[in-house]
Amino acid sequence: MELNKLTIKQAHNGLKNKDFSAIGLTESVLNKIKSQNNSIHAYLTITEELALSQARKVDKKIQNKEKIGILEGIPVAVKDVILIEGIKCTAGSKILENYIAPYDATVIKKLRKAGAIFVGKTNLDEFTMGASGENSAFGPTKNPHDLERVPGGSSSGSAAAVTDNQCIYALGSDTGGSIRQPASMCGVVGLKTTYGRVSRYGLIAHASSLDQIGPITKTPEDARIVFDIIKGKDEFDSTSLAEKRDGQIQEIDIKNLKIGVPKEYFVEGINPRVEEIVKKTISNYEKAGAKIIEVSLPHTEYALACYYIIMPAEACSNLARYDGIKYGLSIDDDNLLEGYLKTRRQGFGDEVRRRIILGTYVLSAGYYDAYYLKAQKVRTLIKKDFDKAFEKVDVLMTPTSPVTAFKLGEKTNDPVAMYLSDIYTVSVNLAGLPAISIPCGEINGLPVGLQIIGNQFADEKIIQIAQKL
Amino acid sequence: MNINHIAKLARLGLSEKEKKKFEKEFPKILEFVDKLSKIKADKIDPTNQVTGLENIVRKDKSRVKSQPETEKLLKLVPKTKNRYVQVKAIL
Repeated sequence: MELNKLTIKQAHNGLKNKDFSAIGLTESVLNKIKSQNNSIHAYLTITEELALSQARKVDKKIQNKEKIGILEGIPVAVKDVILIEGIKCTAGSKILENYIAPYDATVIKKLRKAGAIFVGKTNLDEFTMGASGENSAFGPTKNPHDLERVPGGSSSGSAAAVTDNQCIYALGSDTGGSIRQPASMCGVVGLKTTYGRVSRYGLIAHASSLDQIGPITKTPEDARIVFDIIKGKDEFDSTSLAEKRDGQIQEIDIKNLKIGVPKEYFVEGINPRVEEIVKKTISNYEKAGAKIIEVSLPHTEYALACYYIIMPAEACSNLARYDGIKYGLSIDDDNLLEGYLKTRRQGFGDEVRRRIILGTYVLSAGYYDAYYLKAQKVRTLIKKDFDKAFEKVDVLMTPTSPVTAFKLGEKTNDPVAMYLSDIYTVSVNLAGLPAISIPCGEINGLPVGLQIIGNQFADEKIIQIAQKL
Repeated sequence: MNINHIAKLARLGLSEKEKKKFEKEFPKILEFVDKLSKIKADKIDPTNQVTGLENIVRKDKSRVKSQPETEKLLKLVPKTKNRYVQVKAIL
């Protein structure tokens, strides 16, 4: 049995029944990482020592006949933008190349308490800015389904590691689609939760009103397991939310389900075979008794433009902290200003600088009202579109990405073409909604993902519906 | 867009070659986001958060850091002097 191929549920049962040990499971994952990392490059840091010492502790507990939790002894890969105390955290950037995390992110604290095994930190687009993984300062990750293609991004390493069984599950982060889009392109499950349900404390900030941490897993059931452990209000993140309906999640009956299909998501630009596969998947829900209703989200075509104003505005503010004084790369010069300029020039890659310039521009005097304020108003309209749709339907179903995994280098010289990769995912972040991407078919061996979008707080509901596929 | 002005505001150093590259790219990106000018939204309230939470406050008390915590943070600082963060003269 190849232990690294197991799901969380299967691995947990195996540990509980003593079919194998936590050390055995962890070694099987570490061996897979070591044999694959040269070709796939999913990991930036492998934390073998930490993993093995954590696994030994779990094995001792099992030997002592103590009860183990659902994530106890199970290897997890963590996107290298989430802090694990004492471990390097680069955010895929030269500016943090030697940064050692001084504390645990809240999600890491929760996973530690749950007995998780940290096997390593995964590759990503620099500061999570990208849709292909190619913006990593440390080289791109390859798609395990085809090494000439990208795995999607920005959680490129996490999605590739899960699909290639280089971990049992992973954590990613999603600002405009960075969990769902790579999950779709790698053929795994990716969950972006309702904004605020998972603490952002210890997540290196990209755009704070949009960022969420979430799981990338092999099954929807596993996504639910991880979500249940990492969720919750956190005193260190003032935007985190307490659960509204405590544990009162009703069992979904597909026969009573109303599924909305937004017509604006099936227009020019989509690969016709992606459309075909996604529509066929939706019709499977219809065959199971769900009612399919066409809905309209009229401001969809403005979502990406709105996102590319709000996100860089927040990002350029967040990135102001990299000044070479408190931590990170520091290039000394004659005076303070020259030091800033040189540090930031050498430390940041092209896409990061592009977003800093764009964000600074839309916030600058004379342009604020026309760009930033306008985008905030359009954000209201986008949110209202969803509110209206959810008066009529329980969930929405769409493709996650208009295309399957593209070739490395195909879009790197055309920023706007790269931005279009997130066309079906950004609205969800602007509205703060939960969405899950699940694999629903393949085109020439390349996975296609179905996106299920829920109303605010309907995280558990969309996972349940995903489980019924 | 005046790249020199914006880069200065953002404290971002750019070489002449990089400036040229960005100057070429930005009109396309701005044309893309200018799409929003087609929408009338004068009477719409702006959204700057989606949680509905307001005025989340805590007691105005600092969390005292332990010695090891302070050491870890100081170790990350590029230049220190007598356990202070050292910076170039500002004035």
